[in-house]
Amino acid sequence: MWLWGAMCAAGQLPAGVFHSSSTALALADLAGASALGGRLEDFRGRTVLIAAKDQLTAALALIELDGVAQRIVLCPPDLAHAHFPAVIQTSGAAAWVRDAAVPEENGAGLELAVTAGPALTAEPLRRHCTHETEWILLTSGTTGAPKLVLHTLASLTGAIVYQQARQQTATRLPVWSTFYDIRRYGGLQIFLRAALRGGSLVLSDPKEPITDFLGRAAAAGITHISGTPSHWRRSLMSGAAATIAPAYVRLSGEIADQAILDNLEATYPNSGVAHAFASTEAGVAFEVGDGLAGFPEALVGAPGPVELKVADGTLRIRSGGNATRYLGEQVAPLRGADGFVDTGDRVELRDGRYHFMGRAGGVINVGGLKVHPEEVEAVINAIPWVRMSLVKARRNPITGAVVTAEVVLADDKDVPGERPEGAALTREIIEACRRGLPAHKVPAMVRIVPSLEVSAAGKLVRPGA
Amino acid sequence: MSSVRATIVSQFEAVADEQQRRLAPLTDDLKLLQSGLDSLSFAIVVARLEDELGRDPFNAEEAVEFPVTFGDFVRLYEHSAG
Repeated sequence: MWLWGAMCAAGQLPAGVFHSSSTALALADLAGASALGGRLEDFRGRTVLIAAKDQLTAALALIELDGVAQRIVLCPPDLAHAHFPAVIQTSGAAAWVRDAAVPEENGAGLELAVTAGPALTAEPLRRHCTHETEWILLTSGTTGAPKLVLHTLASLTGAIVYQQARQQTATRLPVWSTFYDIRRYGGLQIFLRAALRGGSLVLSDPKEPITDFLGRAAAAGITHISGTPSHWRRSLMSGAAATIAPAYVRLSGEIADQAILDNLEATYPNSGVAHAFASTEAGVAFEVGDGLAGFPEALVGAPGPVELKVADGTLRIRSGGNATRYLGEQVAPLRGADGFVDTGDRVELRDGRYHFMGRAGGVINVGGLKVHPEEVEAVINAIPWVRMSLVKARRNPITGAVVTAEVVLADDKDVPGERPEGAALTREIIEACRRGLPAHKVPAMVRIVPSLEVSAAGKLVRPGA
Repeated sequence: MSSVRATIVSQFEAVADEQQRRLAPLTDDLKLLQSGLDSLSFAIVVARLEDELGRDPFNAEEAVEFPVTFGDFVRLYEHSAG
C-alpha cells in the first residue's frame, strides 16, 4: 500500500479538500501538479526530512513522498535548531523539504533542499510507488533530544483499516479536523483517516485564535474532530465550542477525566464523544465511547488485533499498530521480549474499570506534551547556588498537569557571588528555566526545601517510580 | 473588591508578567481567551490559586461549567467552599 495509490483506489481521484487557515486545496489537483517544485523524482529512494512550519505544506509532502522516498522524517514545527544535526545523522537523511519559515541552516550538510509552499505547480507527473517508505516520527526523550520512532504506513493505519468496516454507512464524505499538529501521532491519525477515507481535512494553525479555527471548521461542515482534553477545555473556555456540530468528538493524548467528558456530552448532545488511547511507540490501543472515564477491565487480555496487558502497574500493548523500533545506537528496545510495548502509563483497577494514574518514571504530560523531569532538573542544577532539585507533576484541571520543582540550595560558603532571597530566589530559578527550556517545561512553582530523599542506590526518590 | 477577587487579579497580573504576556483590563465581561493568557498561563494561575485560596473549584465533586469570562472565573472561586 502507498498513500497516493490508496487515495486513488478504484481508479477515482480523491474528492476531498484540505484546508489551512489561508488556503483550500483540492486533493485531485495532485494528479497533475506538485508542491515540490519539479523535484519529486530527485527524492526517489532517499531519506527526506519534512520540516515545514506550515501544516498543509507538510501534508502535501507526505502524500507526494510516500512510495517515493526510502524514509520520510516528520519534523514537528517546533523542532529546535540544535536538534537538527542529530536527527539528520540518526535518520541518514540526504534531502529535505522546508518552507520559507524554517531557517536554511537547519539543513546544513544535506545534498538536496527544496523550499515548498502549499501552492501547487502543474507539471507532467507519473506518480508511482517504488519504495515501501518508512515513516519516522519524533518523540521527546529524557535528555530533551528527540527519539526517532520507525513506523510504516501499514503500522500507522492499522487502527484505521480495522475500524473502517463499521463506519462504511456514512452517506456523505466525512470532514475531519484536529487541534493537533499532524506531525504528532494524534494529528497524523486524523490526516491519514482524511486521506484514506476520501474525506476533507481542516488543519489547525497555532497562530489562529481558537474561535476562528472553530469558525473555519464549522464553515467546512466538520463531522469528526479530535484533540487533547486540554484542547477541549480551551474550546469550552472560548465560549465558541458550540459553533461546531460534529458527529464525532474524540479526546486523546492525555487523561480524559469525568468532568471534561460530561462537559463535552452536554455541549455536543447529538455527537458521539469518545476518548482514545494511543502513543507514538505503541500505536492506537482502544477507544471508549460510553461516556465514562477510564476503560473497561474486559479490554485487558481480550483477544483481537490489539492486545492489552497490565504488568508492573503500567499498560502494555501488542498490535500491528506498534512502531517497529527506535532509530539510532544505544537506544533501549521499543518492545519487551513478549512483543508488548510498555506505554509507561500507570493504570489502576477500580470497580471494573482501569483508570490512568499518570506516567511511570515521573514523565509529566502538560497539555499533551511530554516533559522528562531530568531535563528540567539539569537546567535548575546548573544554577551555581543550587545543590539539587526534584521536578514532578502536579495535577491541573486546565492542562492535566503542570511542572513543579523542589530545590535544595547549596551551602553559602560554596557559592560565588550573591544569592537572591525569598521570592526573588524562586523567580530567578524560574527565569533560568525559561531561558533554557520551552514554556511547558518551565516549573509553574518552585519550593525551596531543606533536603530531598535519596535512595540507598544514591538516586533521587521519585513519586510513582 | 472581595479578597478572592483581589487575589485572582494579582495572580493574573503576576503570571502575565512572568509569561511576558500583555494582560487586557480585567473587567467582568472580558472573555478569558482574550485576556492575553494562554492555556499554560491559566494552568499556572489555577495551581497558584489553589495554594493561596485553598480551593480548586475545577476539581469539585459536582461537574463545573467552564468559565468563559473573567466574571465567570471569579464567581466560580467565590461560590466554591473554601
